[in-house]
Amino acid sequence: MKRRKFDLAATPGKAAVGVDDRFQVATPLRRLLNKVFPDHWSFLLGEIALFSFIVLLLTGVFLTFFYEPAMTEVVYDGSYAPLQGTPMSAAYASSLDLSFDVRGGLVMRQMHHWAALLFMAAIVVHMLRVFFTGAFRKPRETNWIIGSLLFWVGFLAGFTGYSLPDDGLSGTGLRIASAIMLSIPVIGSWLTSSIFGGEFPGTIIISRFFIAHVLLIPGLLLALISAHLGLVFKQKHTQWPGPGRTNGNVVGERMFPRYALKQGGFFMVVFGVIALLGGLFQINPIWLFGPYEAWVVSAASQPDWYVMFLDGSTRLMPAWQINIPIGDGYVIPPLFWPTVVLPGILVGLSTMYPFLEARHLKDRKSHNLLQRPRDVPARTAVGAMAVAFYIVLTLSGANDVIADKFQISLNAMTWAGRVGLLIAPPLAYYITYRLCLGLQQHDREVLAHGVETGIIRRLPDGRFVEVHQPLSAANGHADGHGELDYVGWVVPKKMNRLGALGPAVRGFFYPIEKPVEAPVSPGHPPVEPRGERAEIGSGETRH
Amino acid sequence: MTSDNDRRRGLLARLRGRPAVRSRGRRRLGAAVRLIAALMLAGGAYTVFAPGAQAQDNPPLTGAAAEGKALFDVSCVTCHGRNAQGVEGRGPSLIGVGAASVEFQVSSGRMPLARQEAQAHRKPPVFTDEQTRQLAQYIQELGGGPVVPEGDDLRDGGNVAAGGELFRINCSQCHAFGGGGGALSSGKFAPSLHPATDRQIYAAMLSGPQNMPVFGDNQITPEQKADIIAYIQETLKTDQDPGGFNLGRYGPSTEGLAIFLVGIVALVFASLWIAGKS
Repeated sequence: MKRRKFDLAATPGKAAVGVDDRFQVATPLRRLLNKVFPDHWSFLLGEIALFSFIVLLLTGVFLTFFYEPAMTEVVYDGSYAPLQGTPMSAAYASSLDLSFDVRGGLVMRQMHHWAALLFMAAIVVHMLRVFFTGAFRKPRETNWIIGSLLFWVGFLAGFTGYSLPDDGLSGTGLRIASAIMLSIPVIGSWLTSSIFGGEFPGTIIISRFFIAHVLLIPGLLLALISAHLGLVFKQKHTQWPGPGRTNGNVVGERMFPRYALKQGGFFMVVFGVIALLGGLFQINPIWLFGPYEAWVVSAASQPDWYVMFLDGSTRLMPAWQINIPIGDGYVIPPLFWPTVVLPGILVGLSTMYPFLEARHLKDRKSHNLLQRPRDVPARTAVGAMAVAFYIVLTLSGANDVIADKFQISLNAMTWAGRVGLLIAPPLAYYITYRLCLGLQQHDREVLAHGVETGIIRRLPDGRFVEVHQPLSAANGHADGHGELDYVGWVVPKKMNRLGALGPAVRGFFYPIEKPVEAPVSPGHPPVEPRGERAEIGSGETRH
Repeated sequence: MTSDNDRRRGLLARLRGRPAVRSRGRRRLGAAVRLIAALMLAGGAYTVFAPGAQAQDNPPLTGAAAEGKALFDVSCVTCHGRNAQGVEGRGPSLIGVGAASVEFQVSSGRMPLARQEAQAHRKPPVFTDEQTRQLAQYIQELGGGPVVPEGDDLRDGGNVAAGGELFRINCSQCHAFGGGGGALSSGKFAPSLHPATDRQIYAAMLSGPQNMPVFGDNQITPEQKADIIAYIQETLKTDQDPGGFNLGRYGPSTEGLAIFLVGIVALVFASLWIAGKS
């Protein structure tokens, strides 16, 4: 029998043909793998959230192997001596075992918690990027809504997970959640007793939250994330304006192979940062909080950072109780406004923003090019206003810790929060608006006059003027004036430097080649290096 | 003493029984005699039972207390007044606060007070241990009050697990789960427990300094106090933080700060680096 020659180099190709013969995937896969990603760094923020979600799934599965979602009372006899002999729920005992008796359990628990905080933080940072650059505009409103929902579903995922260890902090959070639900007029008591299976805390809430936390909410998150990414592929990425970039194309790198490899690397970086946090920074030391008992509430019992704004709004709310004289009297407690009405308004405003803005501007066009925040001062200022509002509330949520550690009166902190909540947002709006206008003006100035050189020249009549380096060759105008239009991208402001980021330099950590003399803006199509440096002409004095 | 008198009169009335019918003259005479007898009995009883000490205005102080009075008259009298009776608007009376209170306030440097404010802060102590004992002895002899038991190790035989439960129920509302302290209203605060010694914690529970409630021996027995001190000193202070750097044990607020300052900052730089490599 003749021995066939084995051709190693042809194997992948043959295998691929074999697959395509059977599944006919070459054409759709080519489309997928050729998806173009713009290469600006701000497009990677959403990926941080995606990758921390993957870490959450991986570590979360590990935790379920050891966690017992039951409220049956047991007596702890694990290896953490200061709690031995203490009666507690099986859920808390298994969380302690996870932390002290399961090999690698504590680092997995901490990674899971840090990944949750990172997931929410990355969602917020990504959302700010999308907001401030106008990436949410038509045709991407749906994706904006999905993204906002991801924040709120992530909020639920975080809260249910926070409740599972059944330590003092979990129970305190649950108690507050039950109070919030009770404050809802008419349906409050029914809602609470149906969720808790009776009066707080009941015996069922941990198992209910468990199934919500490991199945329902992650399933919802997964579905929303898939829809989010699917829409990104379908609608394609937005991009910054620049040479060769129009509303009708996407300039960037193909997904396969380089972008996919880079994203694989970035996933490793995100995983590494979470692992470092999980290994080096202690998070939620449940063994110090002890088992939840209704009469145990520690000082500095705060929710995780993304829920803290609700804690803050509750702390700032004056004790305004509404008594309605119907029947035996009906009460709307003050808790209702900051914890039910406020988040309701925030969900509505945040999801509906794209439509509100389009309606206000009567803008029905599709936009695939991003806007620099300075070029849309009103939107940027509104965003700054929202951020200021959120930060005041979040800081107020930790106002007892701040008051104690910085030795400020707690009452002063509360009043500062109340006043700040009214004053900081309009102030942020005004300051941001003026900053945007100033930055715009400076851009136009540089385009008109050129870059400041720092060279002062004395004119024959004794005046001093600064020499400006014009951005374009002086054709017709002796002073290089009025040649350039603003294109919506970074205007060089330093001598011999074009663009905000430095050029791509080859080399892993250290450059293996000398950068070219006159670098170009990132992502620009390669331009011919300039032959000679432009002669420095004298700019005009500012009029 | 008046209660003594009342009881005695009631006793007489009961012993007397129902009187027989007698002539008016004899009744009057008998009444006068009984009145005199009762008065004499009451007076006699008073002289027997009345506390003799009260007769002396200035009981002799023991040696240590006399030393303490000398220190008091130099350093404390401005606010707490002569004979520690307090000065309106400056300092409270120290009659009855006991040696425990003096020991806590002076040995932790809170007294003498740096200035009038919401609450005294812990400082390096001004007085030596010996002087603190003398001051405490003076206040103790002046008005009595709670006293910390002898010895530096007051957690001997304390059960850490029982102490932990008591700590979480009674202490953690203000001093926080990690013993790092917490805010109270209007600039008052529950201080960190980390610099406190066994004796100071015990004294604080007995005397309820500043805004702290008193945990007398009826509420928390001396054995339970030993449990709590054992939990604070042996668990909270020596806990090795198995999870790594504890971020000050301030709860989720510093964790939220860390995720932005460490996590987001590191990853934004990573994305700048990766995007810069295109």
